[in-house]
Amino acid sequence: MEQAAIELRGIKKRFGELEVIKGIDLAARRGEVIALIGTSGSGKSTLLRCINLLEAPDEGEIIFDGEALDLKRGRDGTLHAANREQITRLRAGIGFVFQNFNLWPHMTVLDNVIEAPVHVLGIPRKQALAEAETLLEKVGLAEKQRTYPAFLSGGQQQRAAIARTLAMHPAVILLDEPTSALDPELVGEVLGVIRQLAEEGRTMLIVTHEMRFARDVAHRVVFLHAGRIEEEGPPSRVFGNPRSERCRAFLATHLAEPQGESN
Amino acid sequence: MNWQVMIDSFPALAEGALITLELVVISGILGVLLAVPMAMARVSPRPWLRALPLAHIYFFRGTPLLVQIYLVYYGLGQFEAVRDSVLWPYLREAYWCAIIAFTLNTSAYTAEILRGAIQSVPRGEVEAAETVGMSPALIWRRIRLPRAFRIALPAYSNEVILMLKGSALASTITLMDLTGVARTIIARTYTPVELFLAAGLLYVVLAFLILGGFRLVERRLNRHLQPG
Repeated sequence: MEQAAIELRGIKKRFGELEVIKGIDLAARRGEVIALIGTSGSGKSTLLRCINLLEAPDEGEIIFDGEALDLKRGRDGTLHAANREQITRLRAGIGFVFQNFNLWPHMTVLDNVIEAPVHVLGIPRKQALAEAETLLEKVGLAEKQRTYPAFLSGGQQQRAAIARTLAMHPAVILLDEPTSALDPELVGEVLGVIRQLAEEGRTMLIVTHEMRFARDVAHRVVFLHAGRIEEEGPPSRVFGNPRSERCRAFLATHLAEPQGESN
Repeated sequence: MNWQVMIDSFPALAEGALITLELVVISGILGVLLAVPMAMARVSPRPWLRALPLAHIYFFRGTPLLVQIYLVYYGLGQFEAVRDSVLWPYLREAYWCAIIAFTLNTSAYTAEILRGAIQSVPRGEVEAAETVGMSPALIWRRIRLPRAFRIALPAYSNEVILMLKGSALASTITLMDLTGVARTIIARTYTPVELFLAAGLLYVVLAFLILGGFRLVERRLNRHLQPG
């Protein structure tokens, strides 16, 4: 069998008394687009954040392209990176797109994009700039290069954040509700960029509330409920004929919403 | 009001003002250099590292500046090791004692201002840096400190103004700063109102210059903020 781009085994995560993720196994093939859906509090964002250790899981294994992430148990009982060099190297190869963009406000859009290529990968500034310009053109921000993030709309900021992620040539991109913080009329432009990435054959895990988008773009839909995978399969089957009662109920309320509205 | 004495003393007072400005600028710069590692330690996840600068911060925030100046000026010479050291030619001079006292004092306040600023850098911006594979040192250098300096700037300009006024205490250890010059002339001419008025005006000018400088720096560093 082909090696998975990302494989999660037995991930568990609790916040105090509350167990948010109760043992999840998930593997993404290279080029696969997986949509993680579910109600608020089902653990989908937490799961995504556990993948690159933004959140420290309590149990589990994380394997990138055959390389297991070296974990050790900290004093608080959670798992942390045992090897600084490994986690920074692996993180450089995993893009992460946040709900709130999290651009660095003291840098222009262009500087945001070249920051990591220059300082983490050590790419010459000139080359990084050329590449950044191409990427910004691709996400439709060619004329906003010299602008500071605060002067951009939410949709523009998110597209800039996606360009910043792409500049690292990530093998996998994790997107955490990339359109949930946007005004409805700005959702489309960001989804358009993500759709383009999917068509390029990039491996992506997307937490989303945009059901139509998930149905059109994802190869596989994973429905999470109460910290477990309740249902998964190709979108045609999950959306067309869900087996689980909870998934059916969830889809009934969420598919009824017009495109572009979330939460 | 004796205007003539004010005019006559102006050159001497201006020289004193220069000494005052020198004291503030030198101890201000040294104070920031000391404050940065202290502030970084104060936000560490490790409790022992957090506790490390506490004694310094509490002592210099909790005691009067005048006491600190006396301790450095009269206290250091008590130790033979200090008297024998190569630094003694400096340490026995009032000028360097004042610099040391001001530096230690302002570093404690600046460390607390910076700590607050570091803590108010949004968590997500640091997470974004982590997700692109930046090492902790790189995140400090490229994201957290540059952001914190910008956030701290308005509060820090206030600290510098307070330091400017506190520097008048240097005159108590024979330093010829602005206040020191004024007091010396008064001892000769018995015109305290004229001289302190003139000195006060010069302090206002200094404060104006310092604030103007900060406004320039702020406009340059915070141009990324939305206007209005």
